[in-house]
Order: sequence, then structure tokens, then C-alpha cells
Amino acid sequence: MSRENVLVTPDWAEQNLNTDGIVFVEVDEDTTAYDAGHIPGAVKINWKTELQDPVIRDFVDRGAFEKLLSDKGISNDDTVVLYGGNNNWFAAYAYWYFKLYGHRDVRLLDGGRKKWELDGRTLTTDEVSRPATSYTAQEQDTSIRAFRQETVDAIGAKNLVDVRSPDEFSGKILAPAHLPQESAQRPGHIPSALNVPWSKAANEDGTFKSDDELRSLYGAAGLDESRSTIAYCRIGERSSHTWFVLHELLAYSDVKNYDGSWTEYGSLVGAPIELGS
Amino acid sequence: MCSAPDQDQDLPPGTDLSKQTVLTGTVRTAGEPVGGAFVRLLDGTGEFTAEVVSSASGGFRFFAGPGSWTVRALHQSGNGEAAVTADGPGLYTVAVTVP
Repeated sequence: MSRENVLVTPDWAEQNLNTDGIVFVEVDEDTTAYDAGHIPGAVKINWKTELQDPVIRDFVDRGAFEKLLSDKGISNDDTVVLYGGNNNWFAAYAYWYFKLYGHRDVRLLDGGRKKWELDGRTLTTDEVSRPATSYTAQEQDTSIRAFRQETVDAIGAKNLVDVRSPDEFSGKILAPAHLPQESAQRPGHIPSALNVPWSKAANEDGTFKSDDELRSLYGAAGLDESRSTIAYCRIGERSSHTWFVLHELLAYSDVKNYDGSWTEYGSLVGAPIELGS
Repeated sequence: MCSAPDQDQDLPPGTDLSKQTVLTGTVRTAGEPVGGAFVRLLDGTGEFTAEVVSSASGGFRFFAGPGSWTVRALHQSGNGEAAVTADGPGLYTVAVTVP
């Protein structure tokens, strides 16, 4: 895996807006952002209503994912370029999700919406419709998805990377600082976890730092490259950003995203929790 | 879940300012509000804490904690920042100017 195969620059994107076989997909935290202006030709995926089961806390199943992508006009052979707001949090989440269901060629737009907007590139409100396809998904690739017991078992045995902010890690707050703090679960972090906030992997404009910078960032934090790794955050989207860095950019082997993350772990009866930095 | 809250100046119902530390303010250029700026909250060591997009009226809001903070706005026209210190829970206002 190399950077060119998983990450595209805004220039590349602009030159390929009308290229057959390339589909741009916006996935946002603020799902109304797309309607106010999107990259020409891009379709929208709503991470909440389209990627989450409406009742139980889990993803839509394979059949529902096939229907979703078919309706969006995405084929198995298409190169899917994902982008979104908030430094590509939910675009990275969708990237990991597309990989989970076995899509072959997925890429992230470096810097996402932010870099695109700061560059003053074109956004449009034109409606986009693509002819429906007949998409076939694979069974979930659980080699990139961690579940709760596996995470508890990883304490002291694998790299656990907590990518939340230092205040969330230490237990001072329960949610990122742009969100209200009401929450049911206990604060803190999983014992033995390293705290490397996702934001350290990104530049101010939302682009990813260089491979060398990234490697030294995780090395300095104490990540052991010879061990398996599980990344987590609060609900699994910021840790997808870090999963992308570790697994796709740096090509570390056996890296999983624990999408249950702190909202699940911090609510488990009896699970060990550590407080403080 | 984690959907981006509307950055209007009104606080969400139930916000308890005796417990929560809320930083709020407006991004402006030459006195005019700037919507669509990327507003970043940096802690006392300059470390990134959170980011929101300013509302059409330039507004932004963070649920932070007591401490020294820097609010930094990125915009196509240029960047600007301002410092704010929160001594304890309550509502703090900060103005940020971009070129």
C-alpha cells in the first residue's frame, strides 16, 4: 500500500471530476453541508441514516449496503473518492466501512472539504443523479474491525491507541469540546492505551502529515510496530482517521478499528478503566 | 451521536452554565460577520482541541473547561486568532478577526 493508492490531492480530484469510473462521495458529520454546496458530480452518503442500522447499534448488513451502493450508482469496479467536513472524520469512517465490505479501490481526498474550500475550489448545488448499478459486497472483513472482548483482551498485549483529546483521555471530559458533555458512561481510558489524538496526524488545513512525520509521531508515543494495534475514540469515527494513517498510509500490519469505542467500553460493567494522563 | 451542532449563538436547551464552560463568539472581517470559517480551539499548550465551522452570522461555540484557550479561525481570505481565559464554569465571549 502506498500513499498514491489511497489518498488523492485536490489537484488530482479537480482533474478527474469527469473521469469515467471515478465516483466522488461526500460523507459528512453535518449532513446538510452537501446540500449547501458539494464537489461537482459528487453523491452524498448520510453516515447516520444510511450507514447505521436504524434500531440496533451496528452497521447496515451486507444486503443493505449492496442496495445503498446500487442506488447511489456505484459499481464494484469504480474508484470511490471520499471526502467530507471536519478533517475527513466521517469520510475516513466511510473509507474503513467500504473496506469492511470489501470495496476494492477507495481513496480519501486529502484535506477533505476544508482544504477544498480554503483553496477556493468549485462547489455546486447542482443535483447529481447516477444510473443505478447492481453492487455486490463481500462479507465483513473483521480483520480490520475490533469488538469489545477483543479490546479488553488487548490490554497490555497489543497497542491500544486512544485517539481522543488529552482531556477525554484523562477523564476530565466525556465528549469533544464542540459537543455538549452529557453522557452516561464512565470517563477515562482503557488501561495501557497510548494517547495520540487524531489531530496530531493532520495539518491545520486537514491534510495528512508526511509518512516520516507520522512514523515518528507514533514511534515517539511508544507504539510498538511489531505488535498488533487497536485504535478507538468515542464513537469510532476519529479512530477511523487514525486507522487510515496506521493501516493505509504507514502500512502497519494487523490494525483494527474498535467502532464501539468509549461509548461502549466506558459503559461495560466491570471493565478496567484508568484515569489521568 | 456526533453530528455537528448548529453554531447559532443560542445555547442548546438544558445547558447548565453553573457546570459547563462555554466559549462563544463571532468571526469578523472589517466588522462584518464571516460564515464558513474553520474555527479551531487550541489549549494552553497550543494543542488542537476542537473545530467547528462558523454559522452564516459568523458564530461559533465550544464546550470547553476552565483554562487558557486560543481560538483560531481559518478562512479563504486569511487566518486570525484570539486568546480567552476561562476561570471557571460560565459563558465566555471571544471575538476573532480575519483579514
